[in-house]
Amino acid sequence: MNEPDTSTIDINGFPTRVWRLGSGPTIGFLAGYGGLPKWIPFLDRLAETRTVIVPSLPGFPGGDRGHTVLDSHLDWLLAARDLIDKAGLAGGDLIGSSVGGSFAAELAAIWPDKVKRLALIAPFGLFDAREPAADPWAQKQEDIAALMTRAPEIYKALKQMPSGANSIEWPIEQTRAAEAAARIFWPLGNTRLERRLPLIKAPTLILWGAEDRLLPASYADSMARAIGGRAKVELIAAAGHLAELDKPDEVAAAILRFMP
Amino acid sequence: MQFLWFHLMPYKELPEDFKEKHPSVWVDIHSSLFDPKRAHHMYNEFLDELEFAAACGFDAICCNEHHSNGYGLMPSPNLIASALARRTTNTAICVLGNSLALYNPPTRVAEEFAMIDCISGGRLIAGFPVGTPMDTTFAYGSNPSLLRERYYEAHDLVLRAWKEKDTFAFNGRFNQQRYVNIWPRPVQQPHPPIWIPGAGSVETWRWAAEMDYVFCYLSYYGYKMAQNVMQGFWEEMARLGKDRNPYRAGFAQVVGVAETRQQALDLYTGPAEYFYGRCLHVDPRFAAPPGYVTEATQRAGIESQVRMAAEGKAAGGPATNASSATKMQSLARDMQNIVANGYVIVGSPDDVAEQLHELATTLNVGQLMLLMQFGNLSSELTKFNTRLFAEKVMPKLKGLFSEWENRWWPRPMESRQRAALPAFLPQAAAP
Repeated sequence: MNEPDTSTIDINGFPTRVWRLGSGPTIGFLAGYGGLPKWIPFLDRLAETRTVIVPSLPGFPGGDRGHTVLDSHLDWLLAARDLIDKAGLAGGDLIGSSVGGSFAAELAAIWPDKVKRLALIAPFGLFDAREPAADPWAQKQEDIAALMTRAPEIYKALKQMPSGANSIEWPIEQTRAAEAAARIFWPLGNTRLERRLPLIKAPTLILWGAEDRLLPASYADSMARAIGGRAKVELIAAAGHLAELDKPDEVAAAILRFMP
Repeated sequence: MQFLWFHLMPYKELPEDFKEKHPSVWVDIHSSLFDPKRAHHMYNEFLDELEFAAACGFDAICCNEHHSNGYGLMPSPNLIASALARRTTNTAICVLGNSLALYNPPTRVAEEFAMIDCISGGRLIAGFPVGTPMDTTFAYGSNPSLLRERYYEAHDLVLRAWKEKDTFAFNGRFNQQRYVNIWPRPVQQPHPPIWIPGAGSVETWRWAAEMDYVFCYLSYYGYKMAQNVMQGFWEEMARLGKDRNPYRAGFAQVVGVAETRQQALDLYTGPAEYFYGRCLHVDPRFAAPPGYVTEATQRAGIESQVRMAAEGKAAGGPATNASSATKMQSLARDMQNIVANGYVIVGSPDDVAEQLHELATTLNVGQLMLLMQFGNLSSELTKFNTRLFAEKVMPKLKGLFSEWENRWWPRPMESRQRAALPAFLPQAAAP
């Protein structure tokens, strides 16, 4: 596994981590539920042909306590815009997964110049009462992993404290990530994103883990129908909600095929 | 020492196999278990019991707020408190309390508490809980990451609404109101005494101390389990330079008194097992929405676990995390454990007085909240328990802490200035 370069940008006064690896045209990644306490293989696949830039969302690992000053949806979106501007992602290709997918979609909708091509992996933002999403915040601690990845050990390994980490701050940081997601998406995950989807004109690839237990894969089609520009749906076999963790090769390949 | 008689108003007919067949008493408890016609009788008996406690000479009668809860049938404690205000004369009425962040606008709390204070002639104790995660974030959908900030802001709004003489604009982070001007205004000026129910959150202790409010630890797990929390509270008071006035603190305790210890065990075992077995059967997935417990409290909890592990002891510390509540629940399976762990205090009047004396002095608590109806305890036994306590236990403890001034007690209008009870009492008017 390669080591990314780490730099720090300022978002609303909070030091915010940006990872960078590889060469070639930039491609950004906004991570999903739980964030990225560690680098993941999916990013290595992308970095084989592209410059991968991964800024942390406020409150997610690497994003300090940036969520604490964000009260409204507009506050969050302006922070996300600031993030891709300062990370050097404006105008490039953008991938967002889960929680990050919702931000990627909003950015492409509201500031179309910021996003050239868009890939969304099971994004938050919708709720269909006929097929309700599961509640990630009302779970026993030991049940969360199975809701996030098809193979629970993959999510558990991502969240496992590495040797040498601060044993008090590490668990607090993981809880903070769940809190940050709750702060914007509580209680149903519904930000009425469907109202902005028609504004998206960038070519959009929607990927969904065929075995997503958190957000039903049926949301992919309603999302594709609502998007203003060209949108293509692909299901990732044998993958759960965070498909990029379950199937890093397949997800990266699908994205790079769509935005070569 | 002050004695407050506290009713949770549990639904008393949860099925025997409730714990096996149903995941939770709270949040998603099934509606088929609720019979409104049975609840009619329960509510009326509960109100009778509170009024009976007032008549027996308890210093205050208390109610509280819960939502979607099979052991607490008071989504609106203010409805209960207003009924009590009309049917009692001298007893303080303690509403413990209104979960401020759930009221939109929170000005509503300032208004309703002022109404109760007016109707009762200034007998209200105003409780402001943050509210449990089950009530606030799950049943009411309030955002756990914003709950505490909303709570503090709502508190500021309510206090200003009580104190300011002129109409004002409130320009808050979460609440904006152009014209705040409550009618009616509270009898107690500048406002009724404020009590803060809470658990082991360091911020809550500090804030209650800074504001000079009473901190109430509402645990169902007895005084032995509470020692860590109350010790932490008093250490924090010492750090803040506050005195050890025991009236700064309240504590809730389940109590069953009878003529003898054996009689008490015979009478109260079933209801106590009902309470701990069925009423406190809460699905652990509702225990810890992220953000509800502040990072400072999480940090204190983890540090205490690390320290206890290093010392080879079982973890204690702030009892706000799911695992400790689950652990305590598993200890509460049968009466032997319930009594041995001190969750309930049962016995003869002398036994009970002795244990409550120990409770009050070890925790240094002057505001004692007594849960004397618990689980499915019948109304008849509840009154027996209440009367015996008032006659034989209270006198033994009444003088405790008499060297301290209780600055957190209602200051009602003088009784000769207050409205007289009507001559047409309801029972007299009934056919």
